[in-house]
Amino acid sequence: MNAYWQCFSGIVLREWLRFVLQRTRFLSALVRPLLWLLVFAAGFRAALGIAIIEPYDTYIPYEVYIIPGLACMILLFNGMQGSLSMVYDREMGSMRVLLTSPLPRTFLLCSKLLATSLISLLQVYAFLAIAWVYGVQPPAPGLLIALPALLLVALMLSALGLLLSNAIRQLENFAGVMNFVIFPLFFLSSALYPLWKMRESSEWLYWLCALNPFTHAVELVRFALYERFNPLALGVCIGLTLVFVLLAVLTFNPQHAALRKSN
Amino acid sequence: MNALDVSDVSFAYGAKEALRQVSFSLVPGRFAALLGPNGAGKSTLIALLTRLYDLQRGEIRVGGCSLRDAPRPALKQLGVVFQQSTLDLDLSVEQNLRYHAALHGMSRHQTGLRVDAELARQGLTERRREKVRELNGGHRRRVEIARALLHEPRLLLLDEASVGLDPASRLALNQHIRSLCREQGISVLWTTHLLDEVQPSDDLLILHQGRLVASGQAEELTQEHGGDLGSAFARLTTSGAAR
Repeated sequence: MNAYWQCFSGIVLREWLRFVLQRTRFLSALVRPLLWLLVFAAGFRAALGIAIIEPYDTYIPYEVYIIPGLACMILLFNGMQGSLSMVYDREMGSMRVLLTSPLPRTFLLCSKLLATSLISLLQVYAFLAIAWVYGVQPPAPGLLIALPALLLVALMLSALGLLLSNAIRQLENFAGVMNFVIFPLFFLSSALYPLWKMRESSEWLYWLCALNPFTHAVELVRFALYERFNPLALGVCIGLTLVFVLLAVLTFNPQHAALRKSN
Repeated sequence: MNALDVSDVSFAYGAKEALRQVSFSLVPGRFAALLGPNGAGKSTLIALLTRLYDLQRGEIRVGGCSLRDAPRPALKQLGVVFQQSTLDLDLSVEQNLRYHAALHGMSRHQTGLRVDAELARQGLTERRREKVRELNGGHRRRVEIARALLHEPRLLLLDEASVGLDPASRLALNQHIRSLCREQGISVLWTTHLLDEVQPSDDLLILHQGRLVASGQAEELTQEHGGDLGSAFARLTTSGAAR
């Protein structure tokens, strides 16, 4: 058991050290959601009024509405980026080192997914801190309650990223992931607009959004931030995380990448 | 017990065969050179030995433990230096070593002792806090060797470890590994395409077009196939020679 703990803590420590050392990567990951918050949301607030909807107790400005979606966006980008590099060459060197560990491959992959998820949380909280200064201030206990929700979402999205990278050849570069995974997941969700608003314009768009796992991720975080419990979102996120992790681990095989290249 | 047994291993990338019925064994405490031109199948063999690829056919045993059935004890006995550097360039020498020790589940106390010992042996004690990025190619290789030896493996695999080094560093590395082999009783499998890295007393394996075309002591093989190692190698690795 101790060997497993040593291994897991070693993997987390490495991710932490890389995070600390690559400050520019950290800052650039923050720029994206901040642009959405400071530019897009500021411009959009005049166009979109948000009625009183759960979990909010009152009318809210658009900046408040968009915060959970942007927090999840950080997790979405990090999850996809991290998982993609686990499968393809950029990190293949360090993955080779990881895989020569005598501990089970399933454990190693889960540890890696969990470690990158934990590091992503630091970015989310840095973003929430800036938003707090900007004036978007969820209740303080909500920030703590959101922690396990954010971790669950980070794991779910990392595992989804790994599963997609394993399965789909066209996702070899990040542009492909942006176009075919990140943008559809993000825009077809409740991250930017509430689902009732979507329903007003199109019934089928509404259903696409309602079925999108990312919607449930955003709603789980939104409710947690405001100290509310959303059992449907939690159930969907737990269920999908288990399925994605299981399938991602089962389909992970560096040999597949080599076989694809040779074909 | 042999340090390594490779029995009847075949591997194909789709329809393209990379290894065909390769079998050989390594005796403990010996330096074995695996020689082959580019594309001979060396990298595929290394990927199989390090469990990066799954075995399609045949069996690999490290220190008697099957890589397929008992990967944990098998990998514990294996130290690897890959062809391309797998160090984290922005981490210090010591941080890289500690990460590897963690992956092997070593305790903090044991890690401290082993890191000190290996850094001292590689002459890197003074540089333990330097970032790997600041080291030259030869020193980086030494860090990788220290890392590979950290968990005290019985078999050390080096995949074209001298690639990219200047001639002096290349020679120094080769001699260094030989001294480890002599003094520590570690078995070494050194893959290369450079003939001058092989000595007459080495065990020699020649891979060509996915087949093992010769194996035995280098001196005996050269006598058998013509005068010197260069002409023996050329004879064995012309296409028609692949049996």
